[in-house]
Amino acid sequence: MPSVTRQPFRTAVLVLVWGWLLFLVLAPNLLVVGASVMTRDPGTFIALPLNLDAYRQLFDPLYLEVFLHSLYMAAMTTLVCLLVGYPFAWALSKLGKQRQLLLIFLLIVPFWTNSLVRTYALKMLLATNGLINSALMSLGWIDEPIQMLYTEGAVIIGLVYLLLPFMILPLYSVFDDLRQELLMASHDLGAGRLATFIHVIVPLTLPGVLAGVMLVLLPAMGLFFVPDILGGSRNLLVGNVIKNQFLDARNWPFGAAASIVLTITMAILMLAHRLSKQRLGEGGAG
Amino acid sequence: MTRWLPRVYLVLVYLMLYVPIGVLVVFSFNDSRSGYTWGGLSLRWYQSLFHNNAMVEAMWNSLWLALSAATVSTIIGALTALALHRYRFRAKKVLNGMLFVVMMSPEIVLAISLLALFLLVGIQLGYLSLLLAHVTFCLPFVVITVMARLSGFDESLPEAARDLGASDFTMTRTVLIPVIMPALLAGWLLGFTLSLDDVVVSTFVSGPSYEILPLRIYSMVRVGLKPEVNALGTLLLVFSLVMLMLSQWILIRSKR
Repeated sequence: MPSVTRQPFRTAVLVLVWGWLLFLVLAPNLLVVGASVMTRDPGTFIALPLNLDAYRQLFDPLYLEVFLHSLYMAAMTTLVCLLVGYPFAWALSKLGKQRQLLLIFLLIVPFWTNSLVRTYALKMLLATNGLINSALMSLGWIDEPIQMLYTEGAVIIGLVYLLLPFMILPLYSVFDDLRQELLMASHDLGAGRLATFIHVIVPLTLPGVLAGVMLVLLPAMGLFFVPDILGGSRNLLVGNVIKNQFLDARNWPFGAAASIVLTITMAILMLAHRLSKQRLGEGGAG
Repeated sequence: MTRWLPRVYLVLVYLMLYVPIGVLVVFSFNDSRSGYTWGGLSLRWYQSLFHNNAMVEAMWNSLWLALSAATVSTIIGALTALALHRYRFRAKKVLNGMLFVVMMSPEIVLAISLLALFLLVGIQLGYLSLLLAHVTFCLPFVVITVMARLSGFDESLPEAARDLGASDFTMTRTVLIPVIMPALLAGWLLGFTLSLDDVVVSTFVSGPSYEILPLRIYSMVRVGLKPEVNALGTLLLVFSLVMLMLSQWILIRSKR
C-alpha cells in the first residue's frame, strides 16, 4: 500500500495538478452556474436571492432575436464549411500519403497564426474601396462597388475563413479510414455511385461530420471579434451579447445564463457525436 | 476529368485560405497610406511600429507573457501527463474530464468563468490573471502532446530503474524526462504560439496595467484600416510560422 510519506514526489505532483484544475477549471465553471441563478448587484456583481430571471431574460424578444440571428449565422457558417469541407477532405484523402501530410500542414498553418490579423486581412479585401471591388470594377464586371463589409454575409465569410480547418480535419480523418473494399463491395453488389454514396459513404463519414459541426457551430457563436471587425452593429453573435453583459453592462447573471446555453448546446452535440459513433460500431459488429 | 477536377478544387480552397494572408503581407510593404492602392515599396510601417512606445511595450509584455505561460503550462502539463500515465489514483476520469472541458468548451465560456473567479477571489486583472488564464488553456495541448509520446514508451525502463533502487523522483528525472523531452519542447512552442495569439480570453482577463499585443491590435482594427497592423500582422505571422515549423521539426526528428 503506497503511503503519502513514502512517495513525496507522487503526492506533490497530484496536489499540484488537482489544485490547478480544481481552482481554475472546476471552481470557475461552478461559479458561472451559480451566477446564472443569482441576482445582479452593482457592487459585488452577484447577490442573493436565487432566481431564474436571467434565463427568463433570454426569452425577451430583443435578445431572442439576437440569439436566433446568431444561431442562423452560425448554422450558415457550419453549412458552408460542410459543403466546402466535405469534398475537400474526400479529394485530400485520395492523394499520395506524402502529399497529404504536406497539405494537412498547410491547412494547420493558418490555425496557428493570429485570427484577429486574418480577420483584418479579410476586411482589406471586402471593403467598399477594397481589393475585390476594385478588381471587379477594373474588369468592368460591375459599375458601382458592392457593399460587402458590415453585412451578414461578411460575418459568415469571416467565420468560415477562420473555422474551415476545424471542419476539414475531422472529415479528413474519417475519409482516411474509409476502406476502399467497402466501396468496391457496394459496387459489386450492384449499387450505383449515388446509392454507394448515400448508403455507404454518408453513414461511414457521419461521425466526422458531427465532430466538424461541433467544432464549427459553437465557436461560430462565440467569436465576438468577427462581427466587431466585419459585421457592424446589426450582426451580433451570442459572444457579443455575453461580452457586453459581462464587461460593459456588468450583468453577470444574464451573461452567465447565455454562456450556459452555449455549453448545453455543446453537450447535446457531443452526445449526438457519441451516439452516432456507437451506432456505427454496432453496425460494424453485426 | 475526374482526375484533375478534385485537384483544381483543392487548389481553389487553399487560395481562399492564403490570398488574404498574402495581401496582408504584400501591403505591409506598401508606401501608400491607403490600404487599397499600391504606392511603391517601403518599410515605413515597420519603422512607425517600432517608434510607437506603447506598441513596443505591448510587444514586450506579450512576449514575456507567452514565455512564462508556455513554461508554466509545460511544467504542469508534463506532470499531469506523467500522473495520468503512471499513477493510479481516485477520480482519474474526473481529471481527464476537466482537461476535456477546457479543450472543448467555447473560449468565451472559459473567459467569463475565469473573469468571475478572479474578480470574486480578488486577483487583480493584469499579468497574474493573464498568466493563470493562459496556462489553463494551454494545459490540455501540452498534456496531449506528452501523452502521445508516453504511449509508445517501453514500460520496462522505469521498472528497471525502480528495481535498481531509484526513487520515484530520480526515476522521473533520469528516465522519463529525457524520453518526453521532444514532446516538452513541442508543447512549449505550441503553448507560446497559443498564448501570443489569444484574443478572446485575454479580452476578459486583462487590465489596464498590462497591455498586450492582440488587444492593442483589436482596438486598432475596430475603427478602420491601419497600415501598421499589416506590418505587425506580418511579423506575427512569420514568428508563429517559425515556431510551428520548429515544433513540427522537433517532433518529426524525434520519431526517427
